[in-house]
Amino acid sequence: MIGPAIRTENLTKDFKTVRAVDALSMEIPAGTIFGFLGPNGAGKTTTIRLLLGLLEPTQGRAEVLGFDTLHEADEIRARTGALLEHPGLYERLSAEDNLEFFGRVYHLSASERQARIKELLVHLGLWERRTEVVGNWSRGMKQKLGIARALLHRPSLVFFDEPTAGLDPVAAAALREDLASLASKEGVTVFLTTHNLSEAERLCSNVGVIRQGRLLSIGSPEELRTGKGRQRIEVLGRGFSDRVLVMLRQRPEVLSTSAQDNRLILELKEDADTAPLVSLVVGSGAQVEEVRKSKASLEEVFLKLMEEEKQ
Amino acid sequence: MIDDILTVAWKEWKELFLQRGTVRGGTLGLLFFIGVFGIFLPWQVGPVWVESPLVLLYWAWVPLFLVTSVIADSFAGERDRHTLEMLLASRLPDRAILLGKIAAAVGYGSGITLVSLLLGVLTVNVAFGRGELLLYPLTLFVSIIAVDLLTATLAACVGVIVSLRASTVREAQQTLSIAIMLLLFVPLFGGQALPDEWKSSLLSFLSTSDPSLILLFAVAVLVIADLTLLWFAMARFRRARLMLD
Repeated sequence: MIGPAIRTENLTKDFKTVRAVDALSMEIPAGTIFGFLGPNGAGKTTTIRLLLGLLEPTQGRAEVLGFDTLHEADEIRARTGALLEHPGLYERLSAEDNLEFFGRVYHLSASERQARIKELLVHLGLWERRTEVVGNWSRGMKQKLGIARALLHRPSLVFFDEPTAGLDPVAAAALREDLASLASKEGVTVFLTTHNLSEAERLCSNVGVIRQGRLLSIGSPEELRTGKGRQRIEVLGRGFSDRVLVMLRQRPEVLSTSAQDNRLILELKEDADTAPLVSLVVGSGAQVEEVRKSKASLEEVFLKLMEEEKQ
Repeated sequence: MIDDILTVAWKEWKELFLQRGTVRGGTLGLLFFIGVFGIFLPWQVGPVWVESPLVLLYWAWVPLFLVTSVIADSFAGERDRHTLEMLLASRLPDRAILLGKIAAAVGYGSGITLVSLLLGVLTVNVAFGRGELLLYPLTLFVSIIAVDLLTATLAACVGVIVSLRASTVREAQQTLSIAIMLLLFVPLFGGQALPDEWKSSLLSFLSTSDPSLILLFAVAVLVIADLTLLWFAMARFRRARLMLD
């Protein structure tokens, strides 16, 4: 498809006095994996519901696959797949019947349904148990079946809310591989929410961090880790006194400092010259063993964003 | 649209009757129901079972009970079991979901009534036929089917409206039981409460009027009630509203 898979402009949703999504504006390119990160209650699920046209925005608008979520939600739901907070499987029915139902919902022909159901269940290791009632299955197996249902009709865009929750490490790794291949080989756009930041870091080409409905940051994991318009220096050694920390904080190019054990971390403006700062540290009597430019992990960035927002 | 309605009804029936080919408690209960109303009662009552127009009154209530026993589960049950959101996130149009659920409940209630009705004829003929074929008069049979469908639709629409508002299946069942009790007892006790003059004029009107006219009037009332409730259910059934509920 031409243009972004998802575009939101000032998208806002209020529930009585609570603002669940607050002026969300973002664009997600087609054929990419987008990770939506945020603590519980941040507004991730509400955003997915808005994008699927299950809720109407209080303000702003959103387009999914080129369709307006308010007026063309049927078109969106016909082209998307989803695995939301709960797998939402019919537990009195077998795995095969669950997929058969959704295959009929998406107007797949009988032969298409048969072939696709077999393909997905074999791939996910559930084929031998297809006739079992889903209610007796483990959470991980239900999650896999939910994934199969989301992909059954070969959607152009899939929403996954915590897709690896409940999966064992091997199954989770296999799913990550599948998602990566979906995006790279089949051009499917994947919108996923996860609490697993290393998963997001490995899988997503773009991530957005949301808290209390507000988008705090958006970009590639690399951009978030480096920090837009900033660089990070790590100084290893001994004797980092409080005095040197105060002196460093007074420098205009230094955004923040922190010292832990034998490690001093400096956040600097993007164009800052590091040599004078290292001289200052050495001049204060500290013994410096190594100086390196480093990147924060996505987890560190995430926690920092949460902290900043709280303040 | 018809395909979508049938798809939803297929899923509902599958959930009702099957658990991978094993007979569930509900199915056993159903066989008991058919046994009582298709074999035991016709055998006890005799040829009157197929001849008297009064059986129409009886068959009008049967689908009401059958439908209310399953319809409370329709939306409240999906919400309880966390399947509603995925159903709403699918491409199914609002009306297909609603009408599919109503069709499944009406098909269930009317289908079982029809099976009991036909089994009743068989029972009466086996027990009392003595070489003579005992059948429902055609007009009576058609009337039973029409009233059966209309009361089943009435119960299904009331059930859907109640189920849409209820947060749990239990709450839906309780509210629905009260609604059905009101539907049964208000005309009964309401009639008793009428002034004597009114009662006697009503009785004389009923005894002197053409029964087919009274039946037509009842059918017209049921059709209007069904259409009104169906319209109301369709107006209430909105994805965004269901998500907020």
